Amino acid sequence: MIEIKDLHKSYQMGSNSLHVLKGIDFNVQEGELVSIMGSSGSGKSTLLNIIGILDEADKGTYTLDNTIIKNLSEKVAAEYRNKFLGFIFQSFNLINYKNAIDNVALPLYYQGVNRKERNEKALHYLEKVGLADWATHLPNELSGGQKQRVAIARALASDPKVLLADEPTGALDTKTSYEVMELIQNINDEGKTILIVTHEPDIAQMTKRIVDLKDGLIINDTYIEPVIAKAHV
Amino acid sequence: MNSSLLNKDLWKEIIESIRSNGFRTIITAFGVFWGIFILVLLLAASNGLKNGILRSFEGTATNTVFVWAQGISKSYKGLPKGRRYQFNVKDANALRKNIKGLKTVSPRNRLGGYGSSNSVQYKLNSGSYSIYGDYPEILTQQSLGMQAGRFMNYSDIDKKRKVAIIGIGVKNELFTNGEKVLGEYIKIQGVSFKVVGIYKNNSSGGGDAIEKQKEIFIPFTTYDQAFNNGNKVGFFAITADENHTISSLKEPIMALLRKRHDIHPEDKRAIGNFDLFEMFKKVSGLFIALTGVAYFVGFLILISGIIGISNIMLIVIKERTKEIGVRRALGATPGNIRSQVLIESLFLTIISGMAGVSFATFLISILNLILDKIDNPDMMFANPSVSLINIAVALFILTICGLLAGLIPAQTAIKIKPIEALRNE
Repeated sequence: MIEIKDLHKSYQMGSNSLHVLKGIDFNVQEGELVSIMGSSGSGKSTLLNIIGILDEADKGTYTLDNTIIKNLSEKVAAEYRNKFLGFIFQSFNLINYKNAIDNVALPLYYQGVNRKERNEKALHYLEKVGLADWATHLPNELSGGQKQRVAIARALASDPKVLLADEPTGALDTKTSYEVMELIQNINDEGKTILIVTHEPDIAQMTKRIVDLKDGLIINDTYIEPVIAKAHV
Repeated sequence: MNSSLLNKDLWKEIIESIRSNGFRTIITAFGVFWGIFILVLLLAASNGLKNGILRSFEGTATNTVFVWAQGISKSYKGLPKGRRYQFNVKDANALRKNIKGLKTVSPRNRLGGYGSSNSVQYKLNSGSYSIYGDYPEILTQQSLGMQAGRFMNYSDIDKKRKVAIIGIGVKNELFTNGEKVLGEYIKIQGVSFKVVGIYKNNSSGGGDAIEKQKEIFIPFTTYDQAFNNGNKVGFFAITADENHTISSLKEPIMALLRKRHDIHPEDKRAIGNFDLFEMFKKVSGLFIALTGVAYFVGFLILISGIIGISNIMLIVIKERTKEIGVRRALGATPGNIRSQVLIESLFLTIISGMAGVSFATFLISILNLILDKIDNPDMMFANPSVSLINIAVALFILTICGLLAGLIPAQTAIKIKPIEALRNE
């Protein structure tokens, strides 16, 4: 699903150049649930940005679902993001003046799906995350865990190939975190490929594969038997 | 598909984002509202002034030149300078015959000459009025609405009848209310004339509106005989037809008259003239300039409103950086974002602009109601109004301005990278 070869990325900081990714080789098969771990400055966010087509590598190749991601125009990048990827953010990033169902329907709106179909799909995904009853509520009427579940429904709405989650539990308490992880595990069980960036070891333990990043290099890449989140809720 | 103006969802997005900043939006929109309000008001005011001034030309054939004899200032064909001469009725025929494009040539006499008035008596009442010797054609050059009786006709001219058509002002002063007027005899400089008609001059505006009602018209031939005038003509009122301007015919008229009276072709002072058309054109030109000023000032005020909108949109976009980033991450193209910002600013501009137009027209209609109540013919201000064309122009300006206002914020918005959305505060 994801093939990355010899990926380099550096940032210009004034006159200094900061070499963030120093040659990453990384493959993800369909249906994997991967966590990327590392301290801040390890390059994990940069890697996620590149995988999310939010940033472009200086060197190396990145292939997503057999499509080479290179020198895309803003328009095509937007189209690929919409088609291939679903984003889950640490701070949820729901649009605060839209109710839950409209937030979930937003990626479909940008796909040009008509209103009726959009709302049907959005409601379906809200049901999936257990929030169908909250469809017409505004984000500020929801708890943190509920917000993140709406965000997950939104990420799923366009039926992407890969879900990218950047510290999805970073703003949540432990109990709610595990509930969210349970949901993520369920989605993975249905076959969705999911990448999670986290620095919380207990969250990483709930994935099937842990990739450790340090100073721009992968220092460890191990497959594990995931802890079932449901058991801890 | 997403950029279509008729897309209901796009409008929903726009209304939502405007509503999410309700109060600020209203404050900002007020700038444009005010600008267009002032613009429309200024246009209406200049229009009102124009209507007021042009009212004084109303009922008068403006394509007219007045021509009269003055002193000769150059000797010619052995004739000395300083000589006096007079126009005569034959000149009128010569003008009609030789100059193409004239509609009416009216030889006219005024008793006592330009600016003078004469004593007129009826029974024990007397007053001082302007007396004109005229042909019936004068009706095509001056708008005299007959209130009672008739105007003069060619039978009066041929038979040199001593009949008089008096103005409503004359009637009011010489006759008491309810008294019989038609058929009565008035004495003009001791000569009796039978009153056959009463007119009201319809050129209502202007400073001499009241004087215009105090004139007396008598047949030209009668005038000659009664006041021992011979064939002389005091002045000509010459009107061109619809296909010519009198200004363009002025030179041939002058040349012909000079030739007929042995005046040096270069003698500019021998024939006096007053070109009503030129005058009318100058006044009209003034109002074109005034409308221009109204547009200019209104537009400047409008621009400050536009800058306000542009400014607030910029701030809104800065505040919504994260939201725009999220939208981009979810698949919004730069085009989606740009059209949303542009349409949002266009929508704000046009809505507030139309509110300004409506409010201004509302005020104008109230003003018109008040002005209608004060029906003063001397007032230099009448019926302030804006035409549909002006509204259309204002709308056009608004649209352009709305787009301009959105342009900079839109460019700022599409520079926002979706990566912003991932950045945690």
